[in-house]
Amino acid sequence: MMQVNGRDFEWREGLTIQAILEAHRYTSPRIVVKVNGQVVRRKDWDNYVVQDGDDVRAIHLIAGG
Amino acid sequence: MQVMLNERPVEINPGDTLRQVAARFKPEADLIIWNGFPVQGDRPLSEGDEVVLIRRGERPNLEELEALMMARHTPGVHAVLKRACVGIAGCGGLGSNVALSLARVGLGRLILADFDVVTPSNLNRQQFFVEQIGQYKVEALQETLARANPFVRVETHRAELTPANIPLVFGPADVVVEAFDKAEMKVMIIETVLTQMPGRPLIVGSGMAGYGRNNAIRTEREGDLYICGDGVSEARPGRGLMAPRVGIAANHQANQVLEILLG
Repeated sequence: MMQVNGRDFEWREGLTIQAILEAHRYTSPRIVVKVNGQVVRRKDWDNYVVQDGDDVRAIHLIAGG
Repeated sequence: MQVMLNERPVEINPGDTLRQVAARFKPEADLIIWNGFPVQGDRPLSEGDEVVLIRRGERPNLEELEALMMARHTPGVHAVLKRACVGIAGCGGLGSNVALSLARVGLGRLILADFDVVTPSNLNRQQFFVEQIGQYKVEALQETLARANPFVRVETHRAELTPANIPLVFGPADVVVEAFDKAEMKVMIIETVLTQMPGRPLIVGSGMAGYGRNNAIRTEREGDLYICGDGVSEARPGRGLMAPRVGIAANHQANQVLEILLG
């Protein structure tokens, strides 16, 4: 089991960040992802394999300033 | 006994009162500030008290001005802020307001970056003025900051920020403030600062369009990343960016800068 934005998420071998985001339908280009507090850049989402127990945060940024 | 008078040490007699000292050193003064607070009546003085005597309407020279402005900055706080450097990425609604607040509070050094010019559509929320239309934002803002506080060192970069130049432009900054409009740019600077400049606090704005809902604007922390805004209100037709709410978010950012610098 792991956490995605504070909620339990079923972990499986080989699970990538990209797969987690797709499962949540987080497909916006306006998302920052942190795993255990460390930012993982967009270009690494396809290859980054999460571990059992990891804490994943997907932060959606809103336009305007 | 020694007190500080208009930021300079002077000897006074034990038992001298505030009004006696004012009458001796600057009889024309009509505003008397004692340890940072305006005082109406008289009061005894103690060793080390800070007294500032001002005549309203009199324009001090630069050296005097700095001393008089410092008297308004909370002692101790100002010493820390004067040594600090803050980077501001984007000089629009968020950036221009953050910069002005930090200049007023006496921050030592600001690094401003923006490639754009002032347009009439900026005036609804950004700290620019009609006669600045067409000027580069970094230059217009530098002028405005100098009008509010000429003692801030302002460094300007008229350039588009990228993952390649952000670590160079903001290398000297103790704290970086994200003040872009586009969400993709917000993502870009978060990824860049948190991976290329580890340990550097980054304060971003996210969600501030529209009006009302004061208390929906908050500051949340994720390690070195601070996010100010309501997290949902995107600008769209019928819900534009407006001065009051953008100003609230910007001053959340500026206030968070102070909390980080001062601990």
